[in-house]
Amino acid sequence: MAFCTGCSLLCDDIEVDFEGAKVKRTLNLCRKGRGHYDSLLVDRLAPAVDGSLVDIDEALSSAAEVLEGREKILLFGWGNSTLAAQKAGIELAKKLGSVIDDPSSYSQGLITEKVLKGELPTCTFDDVRNFADVSIFWGDDPSSSHPRHLSRFSYYPRGEKRQRGYEEDREAIVIDVRKSPTAQIAADGFFKISPGGDADFIEALMAALGGKIPKVEDKKRMLNLGTKLRKAKFGAIFTGLGLAHSLGGDLDAFFSLVGKLNELTRFSVIPTLGDYNTRGFNQTLFDEAGHVNSVSFKDGVDHGPEFGIAKYLDSCDAVMVVGSDPTAVLPAPLAKKLAGMPMVAVGTHRTLTTDGADVTVPIGVAGLEVGGTALRTDGVKVEFDAVVDSDYLPDVEVIERIMEAV
Amino acid sequence: MVSVMEVYQLLPKTNCKKCGLPTCMAFAVELLGKRKAIEDCTPLVEEPKYETKLAGLRELMAPILSADSTETGMVIHTEKCYGCGNCVVACPVNVANDPKGTAIGRGPVSGKAILMVEDGVVKCVNVDQCRRFGDEKVLCNACIVTCPSKAIEFI
Ligand code: SF4
Ligand code: SF4
Ligand code: SF4
Repeated sequence: MAFCTGCSLLCDDIEVDFEGAKVKRTLNLCRKGRGHYDSLLVDRLAPAVDGSLVDIDEALSSAAEVLEGREKILLFGWGNSTLAAQKAGIELAKKLGSVIDDPSSYSQGLITEKVLKGELPTCTFDDVRNFADVSIFWGDDPSSSHPRHLSRFSYYPRGEKRQRGYEEDREAIVIDVRKSPTAQIAADGFFKISPGGDADFIEALMAALGGKIPKVEDKKRMLNLGTKLRKAKFGAIFTGLGLAHSLGGDLDAFFSLVGKLNELTRFSVIPTLGDYNTRGFNQTLFDEAGHVNSVSFKDGVDHGPEFGIAKYLDSCDAVMVVGSDPTAVLPAPLAKKLAGMPMVAVGTHRTLTTDGADVTVPIGVAGLEVGGTALRTDGVKVEFDAVVDSDYLPDVEVIERIMEAV
Repeated sequence: MVSVMEVYQLLPKTNCKKCGLPTCMAFAVELLGKRKAIEDCTPLVEEPKYETKLAGLRELMAPILSADSTETGMVIHTEKCYGCGNCVVACPVNVANDPKGTAIGRGPVSGKAILMVEDGVVKCVNVDQCRRFGDEKVLCNACIVTCPSKAIEFI
């Protein structure tokens, strides 16, 4: 059995045959996961300084040189890093007195932080499989992003209290601005909202749950939905980028809705996070600093939006990106700023970000070339071994060696 | 889903009987059921004036005649499949035959599953177990309605 680090579901039932480093046959791995496995031989990052290939030792010492003597360093990424590397990354941030952040600062960080603080009820995927009778996908399309979400946990499998299959035992509700592939299979459970319409939808649902006639949205459908949710025995809400972005940083209405649902019955929230170990980074930083992202270790612990990548790029003087490709997702002006910065990039593959870096340091692909541990997006710890021989260094070793050299 | 009419429209429509059937319509039915081959319609294959029709018919029939099409008439459009496993986990035969594997959302463990995900896409094995197969067949559609990308159809 092998693991897949293709997304934050960290599937653990993968069978794979290799021919050397080439994947010959896989079982149970979804298409996205298969792409992840096949990528072992494609577009790998090489150790380089200013575009010229060097050996790994020279790349590591050059990486330390880029960071040394800088006042305002940003350490960014970490979603595709093992727990050990994330821990080492936080230690490095402390040693350098730098800022550390991850993509959750412009995606689902607020939701994850509430979950970790215990202010949003949560549960594991195994609970969902065994007990959930209502699964809500909000601004979330796991069929595209986390392909096995519905089949392993949230809709189709049989479980302890869910023995009769999805037609009788479970209900899928999808709230989205478009008929996504996940909405497609939810059929009648799909609620189409207008872009930015999440706040209105929440207002209508709050009214329906309180037994009032909603002023916005389709009244009858909302009342029916209210009844359905009230009657749920074990509800689960899976949140996606769509929700976080639509509410534009103000998630209080959503938090109140979850609170209201929990007065009536039981509803848990599990954010559908992108990278395989985003949850791990958020948890590790939270344990260390009380926040899931945007932390400065300059004078003790400081936290705030000014330490998120979107703002901090304005004032920082060097960046180290680890296992992430912010250049591909940040708005163009920010991406340009990042590319112009003195930058070290640590990663498995060549990306737009690594192309703009002064020093690149390659690492092995976790779960395939190197072992480690990670947290699934529901917070469950998963431990994996290497399944194929490779000369690449584990990410934790790279971070530790940079730490020794600075 | 390819209809008989669509096939018929691409035949010579002369009812020449060279295929051994009384009408082109009858041939269309047999062709769709894979009991006749396109080549059995000799005028279509031999006469240049039917060239475009022949090309159209070959294109229309390609998924049906491909190796992906099983004896139950199941066609898997692997290019659309995400390998999500929804169909694998929802298939009632898998649930009955593989209670410790596919039934609970994992890969098959019993060797008796009829749908599984191989090389990132779904694959149909042990097809004779499908509820749409054999004498007591029922119109099961669990693997169709659970698919987010409409990758499975029956013809
Ligand atoms: S769902 Fe995610 S973890 Fe599972 S096989 Fe697919 S890509 Fe890999
Ligand atoms: S038709 Fe029914 S029994 Fe046959 S493969 Fe599909 S889900 Fe399984
Ligand atoms: S449900 Fe559709 S996309 Fe998913 S594995 Fe089956 S055929 Fe492929």
